[in-house]
Amino acid sequence: MIQMMAILLQAQSRPPAAQSDAPIFGYIPIIIFFLIAVLLPVVLLGVSRLLHRRVFEREKLMPYECGIDPIGDARERFSVRFYIVAMLFLVFDVEVVFLFPWAVIYDKLALFGLVEMLIFIGILVVGYYYAWRKGALEWA
Amino acid sequence: MEKALFIIIAVIAVAAALNVLIQRNPLYSALSLIGTMAALSVLYVMLRAQFIAAVQIVVYAGAILVLFIFVIMLLNAPKQQLQIDKQKGLRYLAIPLAGLLLAEAFYVVWRVQDIAMPVVKEGEEAVGTTWSVGVALFTHYLLPFQVAGVLLLMALIGAVVLARREGDK
Repeated sequence: MIQMMAILLQAQSRPPAAQSDAPIFGYIPIIIFFLIAVLLPVVLLGVSRLLHRRVFEREKLMPYECGIDPIGDARERFSVRFYIVAMLFLVFDVEVVFLFPWAVIYDKLALFGLVEMLIFIGILVVGYYYAWRKGALEWA
Repeated sequence: MEKALFIIIAVIAVAAALNVLIQRNPLYSALSLIGTMAALSVLYVMLRAQFIAAVQIVVYAGAILVLFIFVIMLLNAPKQQLQIDKQKGLRYLAIPLAGLLLAEAFYVVWRVQDIAMPVVKEGEEAVGTTWSVGVALFTHYLLPFQVAGVLLLMALIGAVVLARREGDK
């Protein structure tokens, strides 16, 4: 994620030049990163599966909940409030996606870009204010 | 080299998509969908659409999948799928529909097979990068950009209105 943002935020005042070979070859560090991310848990779980002694006790098979005996079923219905928070997150996530190209070419746009982005964010702040006043951000 | 990479990524994408259908537990299906999204993101990079590739990860694999998983947890589907068995008639409808989709896909592949990718010259201005997307979005497509803001506002208000509990003020 952070690598991705670093790539997105390579601010520059000149347009990047096209390469004749496929751009995928500039992404080899990310491919290696993904491979390590996949291999590490696979190897760790595989090795521990090969090496561990198979001793099963009641305590060991219980779901771990901070050392307290679990209460009730894990398959409980979750509150719809989680969903509202996720929806709000999605909207502002898309807003942030628009901020990335704006930040990269900010040099070029100058004041015009600032006004443009203020209008855009202003529209969304109205929605944020609405959600706040309607109590969508309240948990109780 | 590029072709080999494409085949590997395409196989991963299709395998993950198949796994979405095969898994009985809907949560595993949703997690497998992340694999498809990530593979698609690599395909976007190979098509020289780097910005879309990053957005694919941030928005689809990040936010949309969170929504999917929340829906699964909210509905709290039981482990066994009882609904599908009740609708056996749909199964017979599925076969011609799948055939139609396949025919459509083959038609598209057959039509575009002799259209080559545009040749990119060294030193030309790159398209598909964050820079070029930004320039297009904030100058030429200024109005659609602001309309997108209004669209997001509508989604925001819609979510708050629909998810409000009965009896709230």
